[in-house]
Amino acid sequence: MSAGSNEGLSRRGFLAISAATLGGVMLAPGIRLIEIAAARAPDQPASGKVRWGLLIDTNKCEPGCDDCVTACATENGIKSTGHPRTDSQWIRKVELKDMRSGRTHSLPVMCQHCAEPPCVDVCPTGASFKRADGIVLVDRHICIGCRYCIMACPYKARSFVHQEISDQNPDVPRGKGCVEGCTLCVHRVDRNQQPACVEACTKAGHNAMIFGDLNDPHSEIAQRVAKYASTQIRADLRLDPGVHYQGL
Amino acid sequence: MSLRGLLRFAACLALALPALAFASGRTPKPEIIIANPGHCVEPTEIMRRNHPQMLLHQRDLTVHEGIRTSKYSLKGCVQCHASKTTGSVLGEKGFCQSCHAYAGVTLDCFECHASKAKLAGATP
Repeated sequence: MSAGSNEGLSRRGFLAISAATLGGVMLAPGIRLIEIAAARAPDQPASGKVRWGLLIDTNKCEPGCDDCVTACATENGIKSTGHPRTDSQWIRKVELKDMRSGRTHSLPVMCQHCAEPPCVDVCPTGASFKRADGIVLVDRHICIGCRYCIMACPYKARSFVHQEISDQNPDVPRGKGCVEGCTLCVHRVDRNQQPACVEACTKAGHNAMIFGDLNDPHSEIAQRVAKYASTQIRADLRLDPGVHYQGL
Repeated sequence: MSLRGLLRFAACLALALPALAFASGRTPKPEIIIANPGHCVEPTEIMRRNHPQMLLHQRDLTVHEGIRTSKYSLKGCVQCHASKTTGSVLGEKGFCQSCHAYAGVTLDCFECHASKAKLAGATP
């Protein structure tokens, strides 16, 4: 009996190890089934070696599709309060048209998660901060709602909550009187998942958004950024955003 | 102490005793309904006195460093302590509000945090 259970255990252990190894095997150069290197235990703090980023391919982004915006709203519990001018906007779709050639672009714009975030520079209380892994967040416990960061952000990425909120997602606390913005779905990233917008884009078959570690030379995003021309919006400000755009 | 003083003290004590004996009965106590007894992360006495410090410590670790252990998380508290009837820790007989209302301590957590437990299998 004991020998049998030992055998079972060892077989199970072997299966777990093979699954982990298979997950680590690259499906294609830079594309892994599971990003083992990025996996972090819940009791481990975010690492400064990681720089989370997004690569958005504007050629693949479908005009008129707003799956990423919808997914963001569902994941983070953002509902219309009946005041569209002041409703929170974590991500928006922007349609661009070159008037001379007529070429159109469609792209989502959200918090660009700058390496040198101006929102952090101006915050008088330290509520606006950059996490070690490059995600720019608002600590609502410290935010006094002064909205300096909204004025400082060149991407208009932050919103102020004007109305009382109820029925929040337990993972995403939100409330009246605080500034908020895209968190890169930090609660999902901490569970080694992808942001909701990226997942929705992949699910819709557009594959226009890639999420990953810009510092990891083996990650798909780092390899794409190294191989293909990509731009950061308002790169002239030298804020080094973590969100890169391809084909813009 | 003089004999007269001692007598006065004894008389006072005799008068006060019935009042002390009835003290526990006369004082209103909050009605605390514990949905899942015996599963808390620390003994009751420690929880009653120290839960704000635990939450304060955990919130900074979670927000700033991304440490999301479930032991002292507010989400964990709500998940276990939400009322079986209302599904919330708020409300007149809610686990958090019943005691906070009694003690006259403002309960700010749930202006931002979800006060209802996430149902098993429900999508976020």
